[in-house]
Amino acid sequence: MSPAEQAQITQSTRNGWLLSAPALVLLTIAAVGPLAIVVAYSFMPQGDFNGVAWGFSLEAWQGILFTKDVFDGTLAWADANLTIFWRSVKLSMLTTVFTFVVGFPTSWFIATRAPKARALWLFLITIPFWTNLLIRTFAINEIIRKEGLLNTILLKLHIISKPLEMIYTDTAVFIGMTYVYLPLMVLPLFASLDRFDMRLLEAAYDLYASPFQVLRKVIVPIVKPGIIAGSILVFVPSLGAYVTPRLLGGGKNMMIGNFIELQFGQGRNWPLGASLSVTLLFIVTGALLVYVRHANRETTHGQ
Amino acid sequence: MASKGFVLSRLPGFNAIAIGVFVALYLPIGMLVVYSFNAGKSVASWEGFSLQWYAVAWANDAVKDATIRSLYLALSAAVISTLLATLAALGTTRRAAFKGQTFIYVMINQPLMVPEIVSAVALLIFFAMIKQATGYAGMGYLIAAHAAFCIPFAYLPIRARLEGMDLTLETAASDLYASSWQTFRFVTLPLLLPGIFAGMMLAFVTSLDDVVITVFVKSAGQDTLPTYMLGQIRRQVTAEINAISTVLLALTVALLTLFFLLTRKKD
Repeated sequence: MSPAEQAQITQSTRNGWLLSAPALVLLTIAAVGPLAIVVAYSFMPQGDFNGVAWGFSLEAWQGILFTKDVFDGTLAWADANLTIFWRSVKLSMLTTVFTFVVGFPTSWFIATRAPKARALWLFLITIPFWTNLLIRTFAINEIIRKEGLLNTILLKLHIISKPLEMIYTDTAVFIGMTYVYLPLMVLPLFASLDRFDMRLLEAAYDLYASPFQVLRKVIVPIVKPGIIAGSILVFVPSLGAYVTPRLLGGGKNMMIGNFIELQFGQGRNWPLGASLSVTLLFIVTGALLVYVRHANRETTHGQ
Repeated sequence: MASKGFVLSRLPGFNAIAIGVFVALYLPIGMLVVYSFNAGKSVASWEGFSLQWYAVAWANDAVKDATIRSLYLALSAAVISTLLATLAALGTTRRAAFKGQTFIYVMINQPLMVPEIVSAVALLIFFAMIKQATGYAGMGYLIAAHAAFCIPFAYLPIRARLEGMDLTLETAASDLYASSWQTFRFVTLPLLLPGIFAGMMLAFVTSLDDVVITVFVKSAGQDTLPTYMLGQIRRQVTAEINAISTVLLALTVALLTLFFLLTRKKD
């Protein structure tokens, strides 16, 4: 490479950084930088009224799993916290599995339409995806609450004699999250099915594969990247969900997101809120790393 | 194409589930829209067509106030984030790959990866410090926060557009002695505009829809439409919320349709 070309590349790299700099500055101030403060807060002792006191303490980290007895200082498992973690993980997994169970046939349906119709069906999935999450949760609330549409219809048809108590239960949160995050499963599944060569199926059938064998041995391996992407796209926001459990789960059926908020509100335990946030961030980052690693392996494998 | 019908028949129930999913996706939103025109207050009974809830919402000063604030915020965030995203997209595409490019991608996409509640808490802590130090409690915090998390939404369509653009026209321009500014102004920018508009629209919708970060960052009396609705829903004032939701929904669908028309491949 001649020195002139070398200089040109250096110039181009410098321009690349210069052009990106304004965005990086804003993201540092109003997105990444504050995260560092959260990490710092998680290692500080609780303040007298609000916020934190200066110093180093591991109490907030201990507080995630244990409660300290006020009198003798002995540690015991924090059952309330564990219940919330378990509910968050359980509901997020159920949501992921169920969105896949109904999302796969849906993306299959879209991918097997004629090209023009396909764009329309895809658009129909995208509209709910971009619709305000609050509105969608509210719409579900209208359906399943005590005086809601479902109970009204069931009562009028004399299928039930008194309204079903669905709202403010784990089931309500599960229904809501499934409804809200379903497009996030369908879109990546569709993306992987879209490239799928349907002739492979024909070949498999010609070779006497049963429909189940075709599904397991032909379809699943090919759409695996889509399955992983969809699962992460649903699992990650489910685990950090705030609006849906707040509106459909009520005050009792909290998830991690609501528990974190509580620490900055009535709970007045900012360090605990910070350590919980960092924990959530770690879990999510872990899931994303698994995905990135898998995606990379997948592409190198394919080459 | 006969083979497709044959294949589909081998996966029984798929079409039925898919249609069920579409019905389930649209039924709740549809009900909400329909009942926003209900003369009665409850979803339990239909009492005739009426626009009264739109009138009620419109006459409500809190709603009007929140609407104006939401639009102002979304517009500011969209303009700022699109400007920064356009620059960043120009900086990270169509040049020799450079060290640190991955870092820039990660930074730009960071708002998509971090759970919203965590970002919200982080901003709450950070802005509380600044508020205490400076005494400033205006809209600047919300605008900065929204502009930051809108950047990836603006960046992605602009970058996609840039990557799809041929370099030959720009090369031709510079061969004809156009300065690099002239090349950008008269060749690159006009070609890039659909991408910029698309990015701006996504950023606008994203900002308009945000609940979690806004709830944590806003100072007293800075309700946006979504945070106002969140407060109202807990008090079970529903019919008016239906009307506001319908308007927001219509706005989102209109912008999205425009987005699809802008980014549609011409073939």
